[in-house]
Amino acid sequence: MYQSILFVLVSAVSVYFFARNLAKIRRNILLGKDLDLTDQPGLRLKTMLKVAFGQTKMTSRPIPAFFHFIVYVGFVLINIEVLEILMDGIFGTHRVFAALGPVYNIAIGFFEILAALVTIACVVFLSRRFIYKLQRLNAPELKGFPTKDAAGILIVEIILMGALLKMNACDQILQARNVAHYIQAGSFPVSQFLVPFFDTWTSESLVIMERIFWWFHILGIFAFMNYLPFSKHFHIILAFPNTYYSSLKAKGELNNMASVTQEVQLMLDPSAATPPGYTAPSSFGVKDVQDLTWKNLLDAYSCTECGRCTSMCPQNLTGKLLSPRKIMMDTRDRLEEVGRNIDKNGSFEPDNKNLHSYISEEELWACNTCNACVEACPININPMEIIVEMRRYKVMEESAAPSSLNNMFANLENNQAPWQFSPSDRGNWMQDLN
Amino acid sequence: MTTEFKVHTLAELAAQGKEAEMLFWVGCAGSFDERAQKITKAVAKLLHKAGVQFAVLGTEESCTGDPAKRAGNEFLFQMMAMQNISVLNGYQVKKIVTACPHCFNTIKNEYPALDGHYEVLHHTTLLNQLLGEGRLKIEGGAFKGKRITYHDSCYLGRANEVYEAPRALIEKLDAALVEMKHSKAQGLCCGAGGAQMFKEAEQGKQEVNMMRATEMLETGSSTVAAACPFCMTMLRDGIKNNNKEQEVQVLDVAELIANAMDL
Repeated sequence: MYQSILFVLVSAVSVYFFARNLAKIRRNILLGKDLDLTDQPGLRLKTMLKVAFGQTKMTSRPIPAFFHFIVYVGFVLINIEVLEILMDGIFGTHRVFAALGPVYNIAIGFFEILAALVTIACVVFLSRRFIYKLQRLNAPELKGFPTKDAAGILIVEIILMGALLKMNACDQILQARNVAHYIQAGSFPVSQFLVPFFDTWTSESLVIMERIFWWFHILGIFAFMNYLPFSKHFHIILAFPNTYYSSLKAKGELNNMASVTQEVQLMLDPSAATPPGYTAPSSFGVKDVQDLTWKNLLDAYSCTECGRCTSMCPQNLTGKLLSPRKIMMDTRDRLEEVGRNIDKNGSFEPDNKNLHSYISEEELWACNTCNACVEACPININPMEIIVEMRRYKVMEESAAPSSLNNMFANLENNQAPWQFSPSDRGNWMQDLN
Repeated sequence: MTTEFKVHTLAELAAQGKEAEMLFWVGCAGSFDERAQKITKAVAKLLHKAGVQFAVLGTEESCTGDPAKRAGNEFLFQMMAMQNISVLNGYQVKKIVTACPHCFNTIKNEYPALDGHYEVLHHTTLLNQLLGEGRLKIEGGAFKGKRITYHDSCYLGRANEVYEAPRALIEKLDAALVEMKHSKAQGLCCGAGGAQMFKEAEQGKQEVNMMRATEMLETGSSTVAAACPFCMTMLRDGIKNNNKEQEVQVLDVAELIANAMDL
């Protein structure tokens, strides 16, 4: 009884804080500019099923794809058991789904195998990061919190899986001893090997241990849930909406700025009347996160910091400062900072910073706009769009392009070509076709 | 050798009351860059050989605005785009072929929102169609059995998912197509895109085209096929800086076909 009350209280508090943080993130994402991405719902659903559920873009790297798939399936399926834990916790029952009979036994057996595989996968991931030191997982932008974030979750995952298996080990001994409350249910292909460690214990101690592991498992899950909004692991939720709202356009297409179209039309045709309700645009391009679209901001919260983008970036591969992953991490960091500013002041108070305080010109001007990062992202994040939007701000608001690019602009204006050739020579090649 | 022919401009045709089957959009590199002019001529010869009634804009053509747009100068881009669109719409152009993936991408994807609606083809797609229709014929020729590697242009490949047309053309030469370490959707940029062509690279370990040159040389191919005049410049520089210009030649897919057809 006490356990049930305590459990309901703990669950309510966890859900409350989780919901509050979700609402905050939603508010932060909606600080971005409007963008209508509701067209073609069928195609969007298909993209989400393929890319997020089916993880099709992971397959280009088979080893991490395989282990990630295990953790993913483990996470989704073991959560069915969490449902049972929730019900047992609330109603004071034990293994309430055991009524399902043989299906239950198979399910529990399957979860045990998954738990073991997930543990192995987490060990593999840790060793890739810390023993084999894969370059992708040891880049400069991962120093500090991002690395602790990655390692922490892997270790907690291993401990949680361990708690689940040890709980089952105690449970099956109690079942075998016909201790009241511990009904005969489940199959234990993995935890049976842990039985020898607990076999000599008294039933009273085993009940206590079983309860401890049970509480540890569920508290761990609540803690994980509440940690998600602060972590790269938030992708386990946002990967789905993020792929649903993927761009359906050709990757090569950059948006045409409508505000510029209006201005250029007025400029090319001075006699044109300004349309009713015309207001001159206040600024062009992206200065701070609020100037990005909500999709860019959703991208930032969805990023798992896996670095596939950076590992395919031609500029990063050749040792330049630019890293598409860092663009996404900086965007999220700045957005969080703006969010905290709003929490504190009620509305955003200028803080003498903007997204350009995080992302340098050296990074912005290095981009080849080659779309390798966009192609590489397993959940369709687009770092390139943010780079181009920030270049727009540099050029159109600050006239701060590198001088060689300013020369190119001047050539375009004067010669209609990026080089200093005379427009009248454009057809010269036709004179001699051989 | 082909019989002499003349490339007409849309203005000349209009003066004679004639129309063209399609416009050949040459692009700035194809018009001015000496090396790229050879690609332009190869395309023109192939179109002529296939009996395509094409014309060019000549001095009425101007940059699509792509490098301005990628460098963040949306004003300049849209000014150039609108002027181009008014010329194209003035001639009632319906179909455009271009040998430049950047022009291709911009006219195809970014002009429609500014009221420029055309069917746009990259020359590799068109050449493939012409071969399929029997309007062009290749007989093995000089590249039979030779190792050729193909460099995907970002703006043709990833940007517009044209991966197969250029490869199909190379295979029609009876050549052995060898893929590089990075190819198709995983292709590695030549280093020119995003207006990098017009500026110095940022500080790093290596130039992008040198890295790509290493991948090209690793295939052991004597010929590298390209499909973009900017890639052409970068790849040739990369090969040259490796002192391999005697052993490895970089040719546009159109040049390969034209060579094989003795044009």
